[in-house]
Amino acid sequence: MRTEHDASTAIDTYLQQHETKSLLRFITCGSVDDGKSTLLGRLLYDSKLLFDDQLAALKGDSLRHGTQNGELDFALLVDGLSAEREQGITIDVAYRFFSTERRKFIVADCPGHEQYTRNMATGASTADLAVVLVDARKGLLTQTRRHTYICGLLGIRHVLLAVNKMDLVDYSEDVFHAIEADYRELADSMGIAQVSAVPLSALRGENVSSRSDCIDWYDGPSLLEHLETVQVAHVADDVGFRLPVQWVCRPDQNFRGYAGHVVAGSIAPGDEVVVLPSGARSRVARIVTAAGDLPRAGLGDPVTLTLTDERDISRGDVIAAAAQPPQAADQFAAHLLWMDEAPLLPGRSYGLKIGARTVSAQITEIKHKVDVNTQEALAAKRLELNEVGYCNISLDHAIAFESYAHCREMGAFILIDRQSNNTVAAGTLNFALRRADNIHWQHMDVDRMARARIKGQAPACLWFTGLSGSGKSTVANLVEKRLHALGYHTYMLDGDNVRHGLNRDLGFTDEDRVENIRRVAEVAKLMVDAGLIVLVSFISPFRSERRMARDLFAEGEFSEVFMDTPLAICEQRDAKGLYAKARAGEIRNFTGIDSPYESPEHPEVHLHAAERSAEAMAQQVVEALVGQS
Amino acid sequence: MGVSCRLPHMDKSAGHYANGAAPTRIRTDINGSNMTNFDALAHASHLKHLESESIHILREVAAEFRNPVMMYSIGKDSSVLLHLLQKAFYPAPPPIPLLHVDTTWKFREMIAFRDRRAQETGCRLIVHINQDGVAQGIGPFAHGATVHTDVMKTQALKQALDKYKFDAAIGGARRDEEKSRAKERVFSFRNAQHRWDPKSQRPELWNLYNARIAKGESVRVFPLSNWTELDIWLYIYREKIEVPSLYLAAERPVVERDGALIMVDDERMPLRPGEIPQMRKVRFRTLGCYPLTGAIESEADTLPAVIQEMLVARTSERQGRVIDHDPSASMEKKKQEGYF
Ligand SMILES: Nc1nc2c(ncn2[C@@H]2O[C@H](COP(=O)(O)OP(=O)(O)OP(=O)(O)O)[C@@H](O)[C@H]2O)c(=O)[nH]1
Ligand SMILES: [Mg+2]
Repeated sequence: MRTEHDASTAIDTYLQQHETKSLLRFITCGSVDDGKSTLLGRLLYDSKLLFDDQLAALKGDSLRHGTQNGELDFALLVDGLSAEREQGITIDVAYRFFSTERRKFIVADCPGHEQYTRNMATGASTADLAVVLVDARKGLLTQTRRHTYICGLLGIRHVLLAVNKMDLVDYSEDVFHAIEADYRELADSMGIAQVSAVPLSALRGENVSSRSDCIDWYDGPSLLEHLETVQVAHVADDVGFRLPVQWVCRPDQNFRGYAGHVVAGSIAPGDEVVVLPSGARSRVARIVTAAGDLPRAGLGDPVTLTLTDERDISRGDVIAAAAQPPQAADQFAAHLLWMDEAPLLPGRSYGLKIGARTVSAQITEIKHKVDVNTQEALAAKRLELNEVGYCNISLDHAIAFESYAHCREMGAFILIDRQSNNTVAAGTLNFALRRADNIHWQHMDVDRMARARIKGQAPACLWFTGLSGSGKSTVANLVEKRLHALGYHTYMLDGDNVRHGLNRDLGFTDEDRVENIRRVAEVAKLMVDAGLIVLVSFISPFRSERRMARDLFAEGEFSEVFMDTPLAICEQRDAKGLYAKARAGEIRNFTGIDSPYESPEHPEVHLHAAERSAEAMAQQVVEALVGQS
Repeated sequence: MGVSCRLPHMDKSAGHYANGAAPTRIRTDINGSNMTNFDALAHASHLKHLESESIHILREVAAEFRNPVMMYSIGKDSSVLLHLLQKAFYPAPPPIPLLHVDTTWKFREMIAFRDRRAQETGCRLIVHINQDGVAQGIGPFAHGATVHTDVMKTQALKQALDKYKFDAAIGGARRDEEKSRAKERVFSFRNAQHRWDPKSQRPELWNLYNARIAKGESVRVFPLSNWTELDIWLYIYREKIEVPSLYLAAERPVVERDGALIMVDDERMPLRPGEIPQMRKVRFRTLGCYPLTGAIESEADTLPAVIQEMLVARTSERQGRVIDHDPSASMEKKKQEGYF
């Protein structure tokens, strides 16, 4: 009789063994009917882990639905949906669990039909290894290539090629070697480093769990032996500590913790961290868990961090090693697997979920799509169901990220359709097209490009310069009206709305004129940052001030518009009676009278007021800005 | 009454656990294999991995849904879920309430256990009973397993979800339990009628769960998807999680009916001619409505002994459930109709 002592000692031992066994997550994939489900069912059957009631059910099911004339149809062990059993195909992934003396396995049996590629991708996304089946009679098919491509895309580095149905080709060595050679070439071109090949018959159990007598020319391991011994562990790239904040823990006023799990590196109390994308810095105070504080947390640990300083941190932010911060960016090059019946439309807004963060995303450009058969890059305007494309993506917020190849959790994302709420694409980030480098001092979630994009325009500053009464404001007003009618977002800065407010404290001395222009130029710059087309209409008589204004802007953003109206005409108009006062000496430092006007040498737009109507000149400015319209 | 599991003889002085360096070989009969005895529990990789995945899922639910709930059915899986729920949000109390759909035919011990555990953990507990069913006198003896389960469990669940407008319901189902469960997503979408469409599930890549739904729709969430029955028991053992003592063998009054051992838990059970309740040493592998839950004869009255028995078991835990012996694929059908 066993005592409790014996039992618990045995269980402790068993638990320990259970715990130290390594885990292999793999999928079975390949083309329709190549025998994936049969193979997996066979593995489960051979592992002797099936219960009596499950075996009895299998016998009954085989009689009712089986494809084997009443013999055991192992596929029925995994094809668990009634539609699958009726049609004899796999529709969705089945997850099964089994273990041997040496290893534990989680296996996802994937469907072969092209229609269900998204389900195959679902299974492949969490796998370390893929068993790719090929029917010995058929060789490589389109779906073999598609699945292999997706495995490569999702970062599976190990493939076990199972050349199945060897019983139907007389266990021919030549057939096996020909398929193996074809496949190695394919895998090579898709960046899959490790390929091993096994000839087998899933139906007959040859080379599945034990070596086959029928295939005496093959002296490698059986499929199961291979699965038990293959080394898939790879040393994770040292990208530094990363923890995407999932949930802010705030039970009371005295505790504020950030819950998430460590996706890279490790952390200890006292370590300096930076929060992305805000760029705020602090130190880790405690690593809190229900089982007590930890002295260190590593890969995969679900923890709650507290920091030494009050920081504004919310779900979706990333806490990272201050010495090794990730980049943040809002534009990326990425691969996309499109998984929805409705095609991907560039320009449309989708929800993008990465880590614990969801932002708005637009595909700005499909650089190409991939023909999975030939791997050719093809031009494309849209992506259809099950197509893979290489795209530029633009987000409304900058995010902290790593390339998928370096850190899956920081580089994998899904796209969600805003109307249907469906998961419509899986993506892997490759690199940032433009970094948000400013994050290290002060990060702005929405930057000038984002603001401009939402307005659908290139921001610009049109700087109207000319004598008092030359017609700057008149023409600028007309220009603004036209631009507005064309759907552009504009704003006008002129003496009237600036001198009375912002620059109320300034007079007309040379210093004050310079300061006047400086302030106006800075305001114009902010407005260009905001994504607007800004029309500035100031006499701005000095070249150097106009130069200073120009230098605040990026190349191509600033245009000088010279209202070239002869002084005589201005003076003749004298709408505000200022020339008369200046001539009478009542106003000092009046441009053109007792203060110089320095004409622009190379204005972007030169308007000859003496020869043209205000409308014609406005048209000339609009055309110079946005082209013929 | 419940059992809390301790790890007996874990102090180093017991000898077996001294320094893993030179392992002592002992023979056990578990799976007929030799086992090596290291510093026990020192490495906790596999269960730790499962725990981490489940906690991640629970936090996602709390963060993404407006009004989530956790289905609490009092069994071993629910006990593990409740434990994980406490861990996930510590030191805050779990921000997710518990819902028990009471069919009124649960073992009496289960109800007492439920109320006590809710109190101890400080979780809000919502109990829902289908009062229409009660008014009609629906029960497993009068109406049979199928009608009873449909009215008092499936319909009752839908009533509760509609009444409280829960947009996410967390359940303890595992993929290793049953062949259609093996196909289900972790975040499993339900339309406004609570129906599951197994033929067009949302893709679910990596650990990026899509929680977006329209008004009236909901998601069933299964944080224990990748756990096996063995993992559950080993975790209960390792974490010293309390489970109802019905899981341990004890002398209980049972009758043998249609090949199953049914415990006579209260006076509502009508005895058939010739049936006399007998005291037998039995335990349960799953817990549900007592008239629908078959016991197994067992000597295993401690947790380690239960685990040991399980390791050599020849039948699945579902064997004990009367409801599952309907025609094949019945679970899928029930799930499509809203069953958990
Ligand atoms: N002769 C022979 N037939 C096999 C073998 N393996 C599978 N089959 C048969 O091939 C057919 C398809 O098998 P499945 O296992 O359903 O194929 P599958 O790859 O899972 O198909 P999908 O999942 O629908 O893509 C069944 O009739 C199997 O019995 C084999 O080794 N030899
Ligand atoms: Mg299949």
